[in-house]
Amino acid sequence: MKRIYSCLVENRSGVLAKVAGLFWRRCFNIDSLTVGETEDKTVSNMVIVSSGDERTLEQIEKQLNKKLDIIKVKTFDESEGITQELVLVKIRYNRDNRKDIMENCQIMGARIVDLSKSMMTIKMCDTPERVQMFLDTLKSIRIVELARTGTLAITKIKEQGDEK
Amino acid sequence: MTGADALAKCLQNEHVEYVFGYPGVAIAPFFNSILDTDIKTVLVRQEQNAAHSANGYARATGKVGVAAVTSGPGATNIITGIATAFADSIPIVVITGQVKSSLVGSDVFQEADICGACESFVKYSYILRDARDIPRIMKEAFYIANSGRRGPVLIDIPIDVQQEEIKDFKYPEEAKLRTYKPTVQGNTVQIKKVFARLKEAKRPIICVGGGVHLARAVEAVRTFADNNRIPVVCTMMGIGVMKSNDPMFFGMVGNNGNSYGNRAMNEADMIIMVGARVADRSISQPDLITENKTLVHIDVDPAEIGKNAGPEIPLVGDIASVFEVFNQQKCDSEYTEWVDRLKAYKKETEDKKLQKLLERVRKSSTVTPEEFIIELCQNMKDDAIYVADVGQNQMWSCGNYIMRNGRFFTSGGMGTMGYSIPAALGAKLADPRKQVVAVIGDGAFQMCFMELATMRQYGVPVKIAVIKNGWLGLVRQYQHFTYKDRFSVTDLSGSPELDKIAEAYGMKYIKLSNNSEMAEKLDDFLEKDESILMEVTVDPSEIA
Repeated sequence: MKRIYSCLVENRSGVLAKVAGLFWRRCFNIDSLTVGETEDKTVSNMVIVSSGDERTLEQIEKQLNKKLDIIKVKTFDESEGITQELVLVKIRYNRDNRKDIMENCQIMGARIVDLSKSMMTIKMCDTPERVQMFLDTLKSIRIVELARTGTLAITKIKEQGDEK
Repeated sequence: MTGADALAKCLQNEHVEYVFGYPGVAIAPFFNSILDTDIKTVLVRQEQNAAHSANGYARATGKVGVAAVTSGPGATNIITGIATAFADSIPIVVITGQVKSSLVGSDVFQEADICGACESFVKYSYILRDARDIPRIMKEAFYIANSGRRGPVLIDIPIDVQQEEIKDFKYPEEAKLRTYKPTVQGNTVQIKKVFARLKEAKRPIICVGGGVHLARAVEAVRTFADNNRIPVVCTMMGIGVMKSNDPMFFGMVGNNGNSYGNRAMNEADMIIMVGARVADRSISQPDLITENKTLVHIDVDPAEIGKNAGPEIPLVGDIASVFEVFNQQKCDSEYTEWVDRLKAYKKETEDKKLQKLLERVRKSSTVTPEEFIIELCQNMKDDAIYVADVGQNQMWSCGNYIMRNGRFFTSGGMGTMGYSIPAALGAKLADPRKQVVAVIGDGAFQMCFMELATMRQYGVPVKIAVIKNGWLGLVRQYQHFTYKDRFSVTDLSGSPELDKIAEAYGMKYIKLSNNSEMAEKLDDFLEKDESILMEVTVDPSEIA
């Protein structure tokens, strides 16, 4: 089972280490972790995707809530959130596969953001599943470098009154 | 005013009586400033013991214990003491000196990343980078340490921050933390559920842990058990919540607990866990505990509930306030049959145990440890503090300690050898009128007997009984059963003569070699309020 923990944390040095340390010490998985400032400079948003059985996932939420640097934890499943991931992939191409790659980019909504005679860098921003699907299409091609942000997530807007 | 002056002033504002510590250059400004206050300092002989003494002090008073040590090795030495306090949720504040801010991270002399090293066993830690933050951080540290689930807070202060000049010292009246609001009141719906379930239950039992002491809820829990005639068992940390002569009390559970206590837990159809973490030492298979019974788990720490066993009724809240609500009502159910059954188990086991013990006492040419603990407890003052160390002595202590109106301290969670003497020292300083007795094995004694000097220096009369068998008894016992007497690294040959140790530290010394002289020797041991070392000869083959 996968679960997303969107945590508002104090924007201080050491907080990332404390949260990562918690996962390490208690043998919780981190599938992905992203951190960034929020509209309030003193607060950062940390989105952690983890997987495990129900009890582990519940413990993760409780242990996160216990951390004194964490202001608020929102826990939700993938279906309850809007999830996005950005990937940058640098590949080596040739005359034979160039067209295929471009077609795949077009189908999947990826963009070529850098290009040379033999290499190109493709950018894609989509749900983690679609990002993975696109990367799978590149399996037969030589990937020179790849960078992914990990999952960013925010809960879906519900009926009015639910959002504060 | 310097940062160090501010630190000392904060401690004064928190009504700190004692700082246990060990100086070094990086903490020197603090120890200089403390001279201008009425706070007393105690120089321990090894940093770890500063935390243990603060721990003993905190447990005896309910206040926060304070320790201060220098950077690098001073800080790393205190780690075990911090971890010990964390495992038992004891409120202490530890101040460590640190190298100059500009040098932090450059591996200079006596630099250690103590906050990084301690992260997983502090409740919270601070690195002070600006002296102006001192009042706020100190206020927060004391509040965090002694609220919610209590625990150690570490404050690391670079020497230049201690030397920095600040203006306008103002100690905040309260700690304002947007991220920390411990739950105090129990949820009313959950409380109702507990009562509803109690009405249906046939065989309920209450299992109390250290959290009951920490929440100062001993009386409330006793009242609840008494009002509703529900039997009670305890974990190691819960020893002392119930008086030993209470007919509704069925002893300690777990690996080293009573057979009838464990049987009661197994046969119960409803367990009310109070301030206990359902850990492996008290509950052998936590995941199976809920199979045929209702588990109610009451704890101030929500993360503790469901960590080791999923309860049917979780109840988060401060135990004292939860039981105050509990005690406003009564459950009309009768559990007479159940209680009678448990009493019969208890009587049967106790009778057999006593018979066996008497026979062993008669046959033994050395001291029978269980008999010694029983006699010691019977002769101690009614409100004495008993500090058990770790090892066989701890098992004998837990199994035979007699609770009247005293206190029982031990390192239950971490099982830190060498805890008892420094903790007893802290407890005696906290309450000099009380009799304080440390019971320790000859292995652990050699880990902490340097503190006899501290006892002498500050005139702290603690009574120490060293159970001496020349071995690391509990491991020896394990090797006896598991490896069929292939003893490895457990022989303590070469240990010092304890009479000479006592003499060297100016203490009175008594040797108790056999059961027949026990009464007389115990009288000598307990008679006066003086430091005294008693060597208790026990056969290495004794099993705990």
